Amino acid sequence: MDQLVIQDLHVSIAGQEIIRGLSLAVPTGEVHAIMGPNGSGKSTLAKVLAGHPDYVVTSGSVLMDGENVLEFEPDERARRGLFMAFQYPSEIPGVTIANFLRAAVQARLPEGEELEATDYYAQLYKKMDLLGMDRSFTSRSVNEGFSGGEKKRNEILQMAMLDPKYAVLDETDSGLDIDALRVVAHGVNSLRGPNLGVLLITHYQRLLNYIVPDHVHVMVRGRIELSGGKDLALQLEEKGYDWVRDDVSEPALA
Amino acid sequence: MVKENATLDIERNLGNFAYPETHTHDAGVGLSEKTIHYISDVKEDPDWVREFRLKALRTFLSKPLPTHWASKDLEAIVFDNIRYYLSGGTQPKRSWEDVPDDVKRTFERLGIPEQERKFLAGVEAQFDSEAVYSNIKKAVGEQGVIFVGSADGLKHHPEIFRKWFGKVIPTGDNKFSALNSAVFSGGSFIYVPPGVKVKHPLQAYFRINAENFGQFERTLIIVDEGAELTYMEGCTAPKFNTATLHSAVVELVAMKGAKLQYITVQNWSNNVFNLVTKRGLAHEEAEVKWIDCNIGSRLTMKYPGVVMKGRKARGEVLSIALAGDGQHQDTGAKMVHAADETTSNIISKSISIGTGRATYRGLVHIPKHLKNCKNNTECDALLINATSRTDTYPAITVRGTGNSVQHEASVSQVSAEQIFYMQQRGLTEAQAMSLSVNGFVNDLVRQFPMEYSVELKRLIELEMEGSVG
Repeated sequence: MDQLVIQDLHVSIAGQEIIRGLSLAVPTGEVHAIMGPNGSGKSTLAKVLAGHPDYVVTSGSVLMDGENVLEFEPDERARRGLFMAFQYPSEIPGVTIANFLRAAVQARLPEGEELEATDYYAQLYKKMDLLGMDRSFTSRSVNEGFSGGEKKRNEILQMAMLDPKYAVLDETDSGLDIDALRVVAHGVNSLRGPNLGVLLITHYQRLLNYIVPDHVHVMVRGRIELSGGKDLALQLEEKGYDWVRDDVSEPALA
Repeated sequence: MVKENATLDIERNLGNFAYPETHTHDAGVGLSEKTIHYISDVKEDPDWVREFRLKALRTFLSKPLPTHWASKDLEAIVFDNIRYYLSGGTQPKRSWEDVPDDVKRTFERLGIPEQERKFLAGVEAQFDSEAVYSNIKKAVGEQGVIFVGSADGLKHHPEIFRKWFGKVIPTGDNKFSALNSAVFSGGSFIYVPPGVKVKHPLQAYFRINAENFGQFERTLIIVDEGAELTYMEGCTAPKFNTATLHSAVVELVAMKGAKLQYITVQNWSNNVFNLVTKRGLAHEEAEVKWIDCNIGSRLTMKYPGVVMKGRKARGEVLSIALAGDGQHQDTGAKMVHAADETTSNIISKSISIGTGRATYRGLVHIPKHLKNCKNNTECDALLINATSRTDTYPAITVRGTGNSVQHEASVSQVSAEQIFYMQQRGLTEAQAMSLSVNGFVNDLVRQFPMEYSVELKRLIELEMEGSVG
């Protein structure tokens, strides 16, 4: 079975350990949600998976269909099918979304093969229609002057175009009003399928009303402390994270 | 900011190579009256030109280097070791097969047409422009346009040439304009008759020869009343076999209602001092526009200017400078308003990589007695590494009432987060960097003729490739 497997992962930044022995498996075809309080290391996990240079993996492994992706540069991981929707996507002044995505799609072709412009635009417009986006959107510079909602929609459009095997969505709901949240959730739901594994990172249960996960994991102090079905999210909503914390008998972390 | 140790080491020597050559005419090293007489003899200069040169030599020798404001690096130029004139001679036999593979690849990547590649690689001494551009040349000739080398211009069209030669940029304008006036050879002379609108841009390629890639070319372009012309010089290919000092003078004259656009894209190797004086004179309702891209060189000093002499004249400078490791691009613009209702616009973008340094110097002059003059200046700098440097020295003199000036400057950096974001989409670090730099210059490049913008984009990609740690 194809899956993204994280085994006993330990991660530090500036000498401080943020992730302490995290294990998790996300098979294709499933949506896994990771919930947790602020500072639990959720976003660090997303960045480490994508290969952010600031973080040091001290031990453990991340296997994508059996291959250790920690050995690859961030761009290599991306080309092999790992996508991350950023919590705070960067602006790229002067580069239109259409040109940016074109470069990204081109980067996935074998060397010497040129992307056909007409094919590319046909594909782009198809995805935009699917996501209910206005055509003029892609002639704007990447994230420059975008509202929070527009930035997140841009992330989802890129995900749709790049057709990843595993997608990590980092706090995709943060800063969105309910309408924008619906649009983004609709986008993710329409991309769900047997060939995509999704790791959904969120602080709030709200998003999970719109993107219903197959599994929910609770992350506290750098590791998964509790896993369950979609109902776990509702329990968390009701009882708060302290309930999990209290439930955890881990004297070393006290 | 990109990782500090990730210094972008641009391979400036990419595509630079030289063949040993012998010349029938060689003025030898050093500069004296004897050198001038040698040049004038070989070129069969009219007496007035010989006198002009000798006078210029005295001016050159009497002027100090402008190191009180410019880079001290100028002191590294050893004037006594330079050959001021080389021409003619036997062209050693060489074939396309002899051209190193990496040079061929570079030409290919830049999309340089086959014909031009052979000339640039030194395989053909004379670029076969007749075959490629004969239709355009014929059409232009029928319209009465004169397009010849400067030596032909001064000999065969003295009535136009003498009237303007050295008038826009006097010999004594600066030390290097004086040097050029003393030893100039090569360059173009163009005259466009009243009302003639030259449809296609004219290029130096049309009449290229060894002298065009010379050190001291001199170009004079006159566009008569209501006429229009676009001229392009240089190319984005790396220069092979370049001398260490390049000091050109370019004078433009736009008569009443004329429009003249001069485009330069140059890519020098990193040992070259590129010290060029360029100025245009815009008469009533005329427009002079400089589009200037400076890439490479050890030190470039170039400040294209427009003197707006007639009412409602317009001047514009759009410039892009790319300073690689160890290079200094000292560029900018001069806008001299000398009549009412004149307007000028300066947009300058610079990119500094590694230890590269980009300096912007802008002069805007609007005297007190003028009315309704306007200037807009925007200069933006992009720093790639922590070691990269940029400086801005605007000199704006605006007096009187009813004149307006607007100046905006910005300095930005390519951030590690931005590069990571692009890498997460599958682009390599070099591709990400090049996309980011292309985005930075994009709004300016859009104003370039198509083939130049494509070449420039490819060139930036090439520069960024293999340049990231």
